[in-house]
Amino acid sequence: MDFLVANGPALLFYLFASIAVAAAILVISLRNPMYSAIALLVTFLSMAALFLLRHAEFLAIVQIFVYGGGIMVLFLFVIMLVNLHRLRESRMFGVQWPMAAVVGLILIALIGFVVVNTPFGPAEASPESFVSIDGESVGNTQAVAWLLYREYLLPFEIVSVFLLVAMIGAVVLARKE
Amino acid sequence: MREALWLVPLLPFVGVLLNGVILWKRIPKRVVALIACGTVGLSCLIGVGAIASYMASPEYATHEPFEQVLYLWIPAGALQLSDGGFADFSVEMGFLLDPLSAVMLFVVTFVGFWIHVYSIGYMHDDPGFQRYFVYLNLFMGAMLLLVLGNNFLVLFVGWEGVGLCSYLLIGFWIQEKFPPYAGRKAFIVNRIGDAGFLVGLFALASTFGTLNYREIFGRIASDPRLVEGEYVLGLSLAAFVALCLFIGAVGKSAQIPLHVWLPDAMAGPTPVSALIHAATMVTAGVYMVARSNVLYQLAPGISDLVAVIGAITALFAATIGLAQTDIKKVLAYSTVSQLGYMFLAAGVGAYGVAIFHLATHAFFKGLMFLGSGSVIHAMGGEQDMRKMGGLRKVLPTTYWTFLVGTLAIAGIPGFAGFFSKDQILASAFEGHKLLWMVGLVTAGLTACYMFRLLFMTFWGEFRGSEEQRSHLHESPPVITIPLVVLAVGAVVSGWIGLPRLGHWDWNWFGHFLEPVMATVGDHGEAAHHLSVGLELALMALSVVVAALGIYMAWRTYGGSLGLAGGQRWADRFPTLHRWLENKYYVDELYDATVVKGTWASARGLYRFDANVVDGAVNGSRHVTVGTSFLSGFFDKYVVDGLVNLVGWMLQRWSHFFRRLQTGVVSQYALVIAVGMVVLVFFYVVVALRG
Amino acid sequence: MDVGTTHYLVLSGVLFVIGMVGILTRRNLIVVLMSIELVLNSVNLNLIAFSYQHSDLTGQIFAIFTIAVAAGEAAVGLGILVGLYRLRSTTHLDQAAELKG
Repeated sequence: MDFLVANGPALLFYLFASIAVAAAILVISLRNPMYSAIALLVTFLSMAALFLLRHAEFLAIVQIFVYGGGIMVLFLFVIMLVNLHRLRESRMFGVQWPMAAVVGLILIALIGFVVVNTPFGPAEASPESFVSIDGESVGNTQAVAWLLYREYLLPFEIVSVFLLVAMIGAVVLARKE
Repeated sequence: MREALWLVPLLPFVGVLLNGVILWKRIPKRVVALIACGTVGLSCLIGVGAIASYMASPEYATHEPFEQVLYLWIPAGALQLSDGGFADFSVEMGFLLDPLSAVMLFVVTFVGFWIHVYSIGYMHDDPGFQRYFVYLNLFMGAMLLLVLGNNFLVLFVGWEGVGLCSYLLIGFWIQEKFPPYAGRKAFIVNRIGDAGFLVGLFALASTFGTLNYREIFGRIASDPRLVEGEYVLGLSLAAFVALCLFIGAVGKSAQIPLHVWLPDAMAGPTPVSALIHAATMVTAGVYMVARSNVLYQLAPGISDLVAVIGAITALFAATIGLAQTDIKKVLAYSTVSQLGYMFLAAGVGAYGVAIFHLATHAFFKGLMFLGSGSVIHAMGGEQDMRKMGGLRKVLPTTYWTFLVGTLAIAGIPGFAGFFSKDQILASAFEGHKLLWMVGLVTAGLTACYMFRLLFMTFWGEFRGSEEQRSHLHESPPVITIPLVVLAVGAVVSGWIGLPRLGHWDWNWFGHFLEPVMATVGDHGEAAHHLSVGLELALMALSVVVAALGIYMAWRTYGGSLGLAGGQRWADRFPTLHRWLENKYYVDELYDATVVKGTWASARGLYRFDANVVDGAVNGSRHVTVGTSFLSGFFDKYVVDGLVNLVGWMLQRWSHFFRRLQTGVVSQYALVIAVGMVVLVFFYVVVALRG
Repeated sequence: MDVGTTHYLVLSGVLFVIGMVGILTRRNLIVVLMSIELVLNSVNLNLIAFSYQHSDLTGQIFAIFTIAVAAGEAAVGLGILVGLYRLRSTTHLDQAAELKG
């Protein structure tokens, strides 16, 4: 029990990391897109947990809501719309998969090399800035909101417009002629 | 009148112009004949007038010649002489009238005129009538230039001109095969002599800076040492020039070894043989030697050579004449033989005697040739004496004139030949006994073969065919009148040169020519101081020898013996007869050596030209083709190859790069990923270094 | 064994590569789009890790925007897929190779 307590965050990290990686692999390697979608959902949920471990509470919730509740549902709708589950005969991977694998390996090697050799100092265990506004302890959501609607108002508005455009675009694209 | 001297050579050329150019093939034969004979006749008259005028002139009294210069022909300018100095070399077109050229002028125009008249009848039926007279006039003009010229170059122009006309007239009947060949032979053999002649002229020009007779001979006469120093080949200048000029004379006057053209020249019309090859052209060599007597007097060795060759030629030709069966060939060899006599005389220094014999020979030999022409005409073209015989009954005029000529050549007293030949022998007797002996024997042979000809042709029984017999007739007057005129000349011409017998000196001819033959320095020709007795004895001896020859001929051919006598001689000496009949095979020798040699070298050179020279030219073609091929190859494969290479490379690369455009988006993404990884890689590396 | 920023970054990298391989490899467009979401997610993880490292909320704000963009992009992408499916009756990328050549 002490071990768990002592290494709790680490263990949780490794747990959710493994789940995330495994699910990610499943996403790209399952034949049935429906299953891939489910795996992706699992990945999102793991990611949310990982966010929580880093004191990004608001973001974790947003992740679940938007990704899990919005995007994945959208995916599932579209999958079912196009009846993809019927397409089973043909190949899964394109002819370029060896090259892609090599590229992937090289990339992770490079990233890994760089990251591992960068001496990050220790981070604050529980940063004050995440949960306070002007010194006042409020909670992550308010802190994020305080920053979002003041410093980053313009990007926020632009993103709204962007979402509007995306929505219109999606409607137009998917419209029946 | 002597101022009109220039007309004498000009008039025949005018005849050429009229008959040959302006009025060619437009006038009847009568007019052609009129123009041709008229110009020559006029030349003769003007020439005689000029001579008379000259003899009445003061120049003649002082033994000076009459010189007429028409114009400066070649103003050549500076000529470097053999002694290093410079002279202003020029040649005039000028004429010289002195006793020597006067004699030649008269002989040429007079005999020439009568031969022209004779030709009217002889060539009457020949389609080339007009062409014949054009050539004949051309010959006359050239011959007159030769004898009247006042310098060696004008003489040479005439020399070449008569050579040309000889070729044209020998080969007159171009439709036959042999005449043109004989014409070529004559011209080529002449040319050999002319080469020597030219070398002599060069030597004279480069020593004296002029070719004028008076200047050259005058300078030599005043200082004989000019030409006595050593010049070349161990000879003095006089000897060298004398030798070279004599070489020309050997060719022109048919002496050994260049005599071979004259017998073949009989292929031409008989009047041509009479004029050119008896009376005039062949005597040009003798004239030239006489004209240059100053040089020959100063070159005793060469003079001896001249005499020896003359004597050998005389004997040699006479022996051949004994065995010939063609009437013209006999006369041809006779001409060669008599020319030999003339050179014999010139060689022993008796230049005047040589000219004397030249003049008498012109008459009697010309006469005999014309007579033979009359015989041939009567025989319908037959020239073989074995087919003749007894013609004196049918051709009386021809016979009697021919007889006169024969008596003259045989040296019977009273006729022209006696006087001239006798003087030759007398000149030779003093100092050249061996040559005299040869001349005497030749005289006997001459009488023999000439009477052989007479007997075979005119005596005995006719041996020809019936058809020929029916054709026999005496020739028309246009032919017989010249025969008579020349016969008179054959008799009379001798009387102007009677020998000096003691005080009795009627040698008008000899004295007439004396100024020209002036002795030079102390090389005086031995004046014939033979005693009267010796002189008469020699005369008698030559008459006896001649009579002996006539007797032999009569014994063999005379009376009604016909050919039997000759056949008996031939049987007795078959080898000798064969050698004589074939002219000692001289022609065959020349053919095997010189002619074939020349042909072989010509062929060899042609092959060189065709193979080496043309081969080089063709080879250069190959080189050019090869080079152009290489160049084309280079262009096609290298240059074009590069261009094509670029295109090919572009094609291959585009083919390669095209495969990138698969249309599959994932693969495009892969390319982006690869690029991204490469960039990251470089960032990492840079970070590592830095 | 403290889990530090490094671990998160490595994890982020691994997820990124997995997602990238999926984009580059899979022939099914749906799966490709899902892989894109995966990639964007890994980026979010990266941002969060650095945000925590530097105690700066900016990272989280950035991540919010990323999520918003990802959502919009997924919508449009799926719209395209629907259009493609209507045209070709397939969602296989290989059969959408109009750009070939």
